[in-house]
Amino acid sequence: MARGSTLPAPRRGLRGAIAYRGGEGMLAWAFHRISGIAVWSFLVLHVIDIFLVGANPEAYDHLLQFYSSPPGRVMETLLGAALFYHALNGMRIVVMDLWPALTAYHRQLWRIVWVTFFALGLPGAYIILKPIWELAK
Amino acid sequence: MSGAPRARQPRPKGRGRELFYWLLTRYTAVALFVLALAHFSMTHFIYDPGDQSAEWITQMRWSSLTLRLLDWSMLLIVMIHSALGMRTVVQDYFKGRAQSVALGLLYILTATLVVLGSHVVLTLPLK
Repeated sequence: MARGSTLPAPRRGLRGAIAYRGGEGMLAWAFHRISGIAVWSFLVLHVIDIFLVGANPEAYDHLLQFYSSPPGRVMETLLGAALFYHALNGMRIVVMDLWPALTAYHRQLWRIVWVTFFALGLPGAYIILKPIWELAK
Repeated sequence: MSGAPRARQPRPKGRGRELFYWLLTRYTAVALFVLALAHFSMTHFIYDPGDQSAEWITQMRWSSLTLRLLDWSMLLIVMIHSALGMRTVVQDYFKGRAQSVALGLLYILTATLVVLGSHVVLTLPLK
């Protein structure tokens, strides 16, 4: 039953040294960490910008102009992707940690994460990015 | 359990502080799944960043005491969750004295953000 225990035979040379031999779990872990650090970085900026609503409203409005500009929208789309992946994969981790029996279905859960990510994420990205094309007209 | 995902911290043994942090990370995660995704949907799908001036936040968003308290609870929950997550990251990449310094900076930054965020939530005039 140990499905993931048979790793491919190591390759020689440079390609062998850098070849990726992890499974879904390794990718899930790497994406979870990268997206977590990314969302945390924005969170630091975001609490400070909301603080400006009271302390310096003009500075806040100025920053919001950047948020609604084309480069701002591209960055928000990436932020949304990081947040959404972290949220979906986080629920996968919670499900397996609090109900260990469900760990047997980790591959199916991993697939649900990605199907949901693209099914809801692509329309979401379209809504955030759409004003860029309207601006260009 | 070979082949099982490694995106998880194994459940700490015993009933100590580490288990409490481990569980707290997961319970706050469930709350944030709802709160943070609803927040992102509201600010990007229902409204647009182009609408949300400081005046808009005062007049609209935070004119509701319920929404204001909900945003405050989200702030406190996300600061707990992110501080615990970044603590794990720091513990993985820094060792010894550098780790103590990095953890100290992380906790100071977290406390500062809680103070800044709470200050604006609690002191912005309720219109």
